[in-house]
Amino acid sequence: MVQLTEVTKYYGRKRALGPVSFEIGERDTVGFLGLNGVGKTTLLKILACGLRPSSGRVLIDGLDVLHDPHEVRKRVGYLPETPPVYRDMTVGDYLAFAGRIKGMTREALARRVPEVEELARVTEVHDVPTGHLSEGYRQRVGVAQAIIHEPEILILDEPTHDLDPVQIMEMRGMIRSLKDSHTILISSHILPEISQTCDRLLILDDGEIVASGTEEELGEKLMRTSTVAVTIRIGDGDPGNGSESAAIGAARSAITEVRGVTGVRRSDGGERSVAETGAVTFEVEGEADLRAEICRALVGSGHDVIALARAERELERVFVGLVGGERK
Amino acid sequence: MTMGATGIIFQREFRAYTKSPMGYIVAAVVLLLDGILFYGMALGPRWGERLSGEVLQGFFYNASGMTAIAAVALSIRLIAEERQTGTLLLLDTSPVRDWEIVLGKFLSALAFLGAITVATVYIPLLILVNGKIAPGHILVGYLGLICLGGAVLSIGLFATSLTRHQLVAAAVASVITGTLFLFSSLAQVVGPPLNRVFSALTIHGYHWAGFGSGALHLRDLAYYAVLTYFFLYAATKVMEAKRWE
Repeated sequence: MVQLTEVTKYYGRKRALGPVSFEIGERDTVGFLGLNGVGKTTLLKILACGLRPSSGRVLIDGLDVLHDPHEVRKRVGYLPETPPVYRDMTVGDYLAFAGRIKGMTREALARRVPEVEELARVTEVHDVPTGHLSEGYRQRVGVAQAIIHEPEILILDEPTHDLDPVQIMEMRGMIRSLKDSHTILISSHILPEISQTCDRLLILDDGEIVASGTEEELGEKLMRTSTVAVTIRIGDGDPGNGSESAAIGAARSAITEVRGVTGVRRSDGGERSVAETGAVTFEVEGEADLRAEICRALVGSGHDVIALARAERELERVFVGLVGGERK
Repeated sequence: MTMGATGIIFQREFRAYTKSPMGYIVAAVVLLLDGILFYGMALGPRWGERLSGEVLQGFFYNASGMTAIAAVALSIRLIAEERQTGTLLLLDTSPVRDWEIVLGKFLSALAFLGAITVATVYIPLLILVNGKIAPGHILVGYLGLICLGGAVLSIGLFATSLTRHQLVAAAVASVITGTLFLFSSLAQVVGPPLNRVFSALTIHGYHWAGFGSGALHLRDLAYYAVLTYFFLYAATKVMEAKRWE
């Protein structure tokens, strides 16, 4: 659906993007993640036919953006970082204008405007001038204009920019509801937004794609060690006062002796927590996934393992490792 | 789709004029000053008795200056404001051609300017009631105002396509229009063949005089048409270049 080959963009002699190459399939939801100023907006504007690449080839649905920009624009819906709304127009008039400018007939719009208003949850502000709306509503109206002509590809540049937490959740919900009917490209520097809405991530740094894949794949590629969280039941009266009890110490020893373990640390709330829950949790770092070995060692030494899982991969660690950690 | 996009943009822009204070302020100032100038010129004591045709010619002369100023004021927001607010991105990423954007905006401004201009028709009618003038003189005079207004609008549209700042657009449009007006004065102070060159290029004097006196010349119509086309074409080329920036 989207194919970029060695695409670059220069502003004068300054390289803003590239060379980047990637492909995005139909109905994929792909997130472009990166710090501010790494080329996300430049890339999305090129895909939306709002910016000419300096070199390389961009194909949208098999059409070259430089040779058939008119046809490409019919297939793409674009929400820039600042929604392009005319503040003197009501929401209904604005959406009708956006639809007509994208080639829709009045008859088609009579059906489509209420549909997208419903989808973007702006029906109640149909007659309100967009200049009177809150940022959240304006952003939703921006999404509504991007999908009004039922494009195959939807490009959203920082769709939760300037929104409050409730509005961010609503926007995520809206994006999820569009996933089945569109190929969606989202840019953001807000990690949860990307991880919670996208199937695949492309991480940009200094105009280049430094990593791509699912969140898990990126974690695997980047993190050389594996972290396992293991919770063990401790008997009544077992927790010591001020120092670890013998049972906890024995469990720690059992884990430490497992081959490949490079570090063990407590990740529960301390002795008070142990007294309240009757359980202790260790976070174990190893050279590989050692869940089976750890479980075997603990059970073998008479401990009750009540929970065992890989520690949750935090996208922040991946992200910082890729762009922040290597930043000079 | 081609005429459609122009028509859609025309409708939006014309509505924007009717909804914005700017449109009403320009209309009010033009009508007020046209009325005051006519009062001072036709009814004021220092002018004495004159033929109705001369009074009408004087009205068109004053109105031409007001029309040019109004055209600059109406045109400078057309693209610069959209660049400033980011709404131009909607048009830039929609299947609309640059000339459709330029033409739609030009026609909307011309229609609004035309409406303001036609609203001054009470002045020629007052002359008609109290004197004798040819309806053709009125029609040709108004045609001249529309031609001049269209030409200045196209200059303003070119200026507004260059920048995101309306003040810069106003300055550029004023300099170009002012220069084209000045050619008329220059033609009177330089010798041949330069005087003929300046006369041929001026936006007022030589090409305006016929309209003001009720004489319709094809060369004057052609001049305004070519001037308007030139600046609309230039605005389209600027839009094309900037669309991909």
